[in-house]
Amino acid sequence: MTKLTRRDVIKAQAVAAAAAAAGLPLSAEAQNLVTDSSITDLKWSKAACRFCGTGCSIMVATKAGRVVATHGDAEAEVNRGLNCVKGYFLSKIMYGKDRLTQPLLRKTDGVYDKEGDFTPVSWGEAFDIMAEKWKATLKEKGPTGIGMFGSGQWTVWEGYAASKLMKAGFRSNNIDPNARHCMASAVGGFMRTFGIDEPMGCYDDFENADAFFLWGSNMAEMHPILWTRIADRKFSNPHVKVGVLSTYKHRSFDLADIPMIFTPQTDLVMLNFIANYIIENGAVNQDFVSKHVNFRRGNQDIGYGLRPEHPLEQAAENNDKAGGSTEMTFEEFAEFVKPYTLQYASEMSGVPENRLLEMAKMYADPDVKIMSLWTMGANQHTRGVWVNNMLYNVHLLTGKISTPGNSPFSLTGQPSACGTAREVGTFSHRLPADLVVANPKHRAFAEKIWKLPDGTIPPKPGAHAVLQNRHLKDGKINCYWVQVNNNMQAAPNMMEETLPGYRNPDNFIVVSDAYPTVTCEAADLILPTAMWVEKEGAYGNAERRTQFWHQLVDAPGESKSDLWQLVEFSKRFNIEDVWDAELLDANPEYKGKTMYDVLYANGQVDAYPLEQTSDEYENQEANDFGFYIQKGLFEEYAAFGRGHGHDLADFDTYHNVRGLRWPVVDGKETRWRFKEGSDPYVTPGADYEFYGKPDGKAVIFALPFEPAAESPDEEYPFWLSTGRVLEHWHSGSMTQRVPELHSAVPDALCYMHPDDAKAKGLRRGSEVRVISRRGEINLRIETRGRNKPPKGLVFVPWFDAAKLINKVTLDATDPISKQTDYKKCAVKIVPLGA
Amino acid sequence: MIKIHAIATALVFALSGVAFAQEHVATLRGGTPLAEQGDVPQIAKRVNSDLRQVRNYPEQPPLIPHKIDGYQIDINVNKCLSCHSRAAIGDSQAPMVSITHFMNRDNQFLASVTPRRYFCTQCHVPQSDAKDLVENTFVDVDQVLEYVAGTKAGDN
Repeated sequence: MTKLTRRDVIKAQAVAAAAAAAGLPLSAEAQNLVTDSSITDLKWSKAACRFCGTGCSIMVATKAGRVVATHGDAEAEVNRGLNCVKGYFLSKIMYGKDRLTQPLLRKTDGVYDKEGDFTPVSWGEAFDIMAEKWKATLKEKGPTGIGMFGSGQWTVWEGYAASKLMKAGFRSNNIDPNARHCMASAVGGFMRTFGIDEPMGCYDDFENADAFFLWGSNMAEMHPILWTRIADRKFSNPHVKVGVLSTYKHRSFDLADIPMIFTPQTDLVMLNFIANYIIENGAVNQDFVSKHVNFRRGNQDIGYGLRPEHPLEQAAENNDKAGGSTEMTFEEFAEFVKPYTLQYASEMSGVPENRLLEMAKMYADPDVKIMSLWTMGANQHTRGVWVNNMLYNVHLLTGKISTPGNSPFSLTGQPSACGTAREVGTFSHRLPADLVVANPKHRAFAEKIWKLPDGTIPPKPGAHAVLQNRHLKDGKINCYWVQVNNNMQAAPNMMEETLPGYRNPDNFIVVSDAYPTVTCEAADLILPTAMWVEKEGAYGNAERRTQFWHQLVDAPGESKSDLWQLVEFSKRFNIEDVWDAELLDANPEYKGKTMYDVLYANGQVDAYPLEQTSDEYENQEANDFGFYIQKGLFEEYAAFGRGHGHDLADFDTYHNVRGLRWPVVDGKETRWRFKEGSDPYVTPGADYEFYGKPDGKAVIFALPFEPAAESPDEEYPFWLSTGRVLEHWHSGSMTQRVPELHSAVPDALCYMHPDDAKAKGLRRGSEVRVISRRGEINLRIETRGRNKPPKGLVFVPWFDAAKLINKVTLDATDPISKQTDYKKCAVKIVPLGA
Repeated sequence: MIKIHAIATALVFALSGVAFAQEHVATLRGGTPLAEQGDVPQIAKRVNSDLRQVRNYPEQPPLIPHKIDGYQIDINVNKCLSCHSRAAIGDSQAPMVSITHFMNRDNQFLASVTPRRYFCTQCHVPQSDAKDLVENTFVDVDQVLEYVAGTKAGDN
């Protein structure tokens, strides 16, 4: 392969731009096959896929400053040469014609006006007004008056820089990622059961399991490449069984031996039934349980995360101590799950007894290696942490954990929900490497690494995603910065709880994005943003695999990466603007510095010179700041986890490998945590050690069935479940701009049972209004599509910017994790004429 | 035809970018304010022409140029293979599944299509008559090569 120098690349890009403007020349004596290798050679580089949490590795071909092709990376363990249809079209996601290329500020007659029109401004003017608004709010309300909303699509160093900017710079914990909508219940489950976040197993489990059960996950569409590994395992080994549990039939059922459609919320009942079955049939792994497990009774009647004045919150006994629990014995636990009989589970769930029994037998059989997999069905649930805990219960009772093929596995929806949102700790209550702001020792540890005075980081957790929107509406947060996500489309109860806050005249809303999304439309200032391979990046996938890529092409116009925006903005503040006199008087050596000096030019982040950047690839941010900023941020961040069970390899290694699964100790990745022989952190002789907990024991929780926040009734007789489709990723801001993906699935439809449709005089294609107590949208009915709901439930995907289903959903959350339940609310369906 | 389209695209791209003040920016909503809802189009009709489309690059999975409504691809049967399998194409004259589909995770060829490629619709999708919401300015590699060749000739 020819090695291009930077000069070659820059030259080629300049010519490409000229050709693009002038029209492309035709060669007069063109052969019908170009063979000159100096012309046909493409530069192939690796990158992590921009979409889901699977973390496929992609080979990206560039030529003359353009991405010209992509394909699955044959060398990558995750996907071994495969992509899903979205992945195969990655080449086109950066080339929607409406890319934002300059900052846009709402103005009337040349000055900022909340009700004005979007008007192009310079970066200087954009940062001027931002700094003015931020300083005014900090002066008036202090650090809780500002907020930031990021995502699991931030690169590792972007999330890290953002978290540091907010928690240490502005001294505000009002930063949360959209992963709150996605993974918070999974995190809550891990922390409660194991005391340490993220799966103990890895994708190698797919080639080792004898049975797979999906608990609220449509992997066939949402994690297609992992589904190829399950299909491969099942079809290649006829003894392997697949069970699929969902509230409606979807494509994953095509591979199911045991299909199970259940009544919403009754996953809680079925999981307790399995626990009861294991105990009653003598299938408890007594040796494992006695050595490695504690039992606790979780608080009940914990509310629904609604506003405090809501009747459901008023009625709830324990909504202020939702995560609480008390000790109990194994015998007491056995007594607790005793009422969850086969008959009761079948009655409640609607799943036939024989299927529940077949599933329970496999969980109980010590010779069947089981992988349980779940995503949004379990996490987007007002009892999401409970469901996660209860899934671990059945694996812990049988000791089916941390060995190849025995794996309770929480899948993730975003490319770096794990790597950034969770590991970096961009949640309102977290710090890097599972540390939390509420713990004084954790804050002190972070302050030491960050070279900051004691007491810099505020102890009180900030506002989480849903609470941020409520605070914006109520005027408690007045300056708000959204990066790399589309929360106007994604957040629940848009008309009552999201849009009012963005358009509140007291508030100044900034949105950074590559494309003009619906969130941009609700903003006051839009910042054009470099995306994916337009910057050097790192993502961490669902199996703890950290993956890097280089900047492969330049961003269009004046677009800049989120990292550049965050760090550049920090230069606009003197430390006196953001820290109070008390902190500064006690630590006068910080006086006179900018926030940039304190956070980023601190001798650590700026420790790596430009010479260490790649000769082959451009690095916009490093060039702008004058040092290898990505490396500096990563190495400072890695100090949090090294030696503490979260070890990352050194920065340079990741540019040369197809990712590594942490903890990486002595250069070796870890495939199964908590098991002696595969996890170096387990004490020799312990066999298993759940070292996230002080006594090394995992916790089995006794938790009951409690109903959903809102269930169908006479007036609103249907369950509404929302979700995704294969061809579009999340809010569709990238995939709806790829013509082939848009053409494949152009519109969100309302999937409905044919009998329900017929009863209303509807048929496929009829227009209806879907109405909840909070909002309504119009949709076409689909009765024959890929999703087949049972009677009494409708499914609507949320990718479609023109049909915003979150106008209808309810902002009820899991009271422990604060994650919204997007899968359950009550609606009515009203036919709209012809 | 494709070439002219690409040149037009390139020109549009060069001239695009927001140059004047505007009230609505959310392209995918076609100017409908956030609190309102625009017209809901009819369910798009599936393309059923059997005319193959040019791929954007060789690695792109071909799009399905016909309807697949009601096709069974499940634990029991794969309807697609009834025309596209190696043995079936003599009768069907449909394109045979690519040889990559016979390779397992370790790049070894199997006697039949690998199960990891069993669910065709994970990569191959049909199209519809829905119009693009936004033009895409991706430039086909042939045009990029012609351009590179042109500049190379110019250098000499």
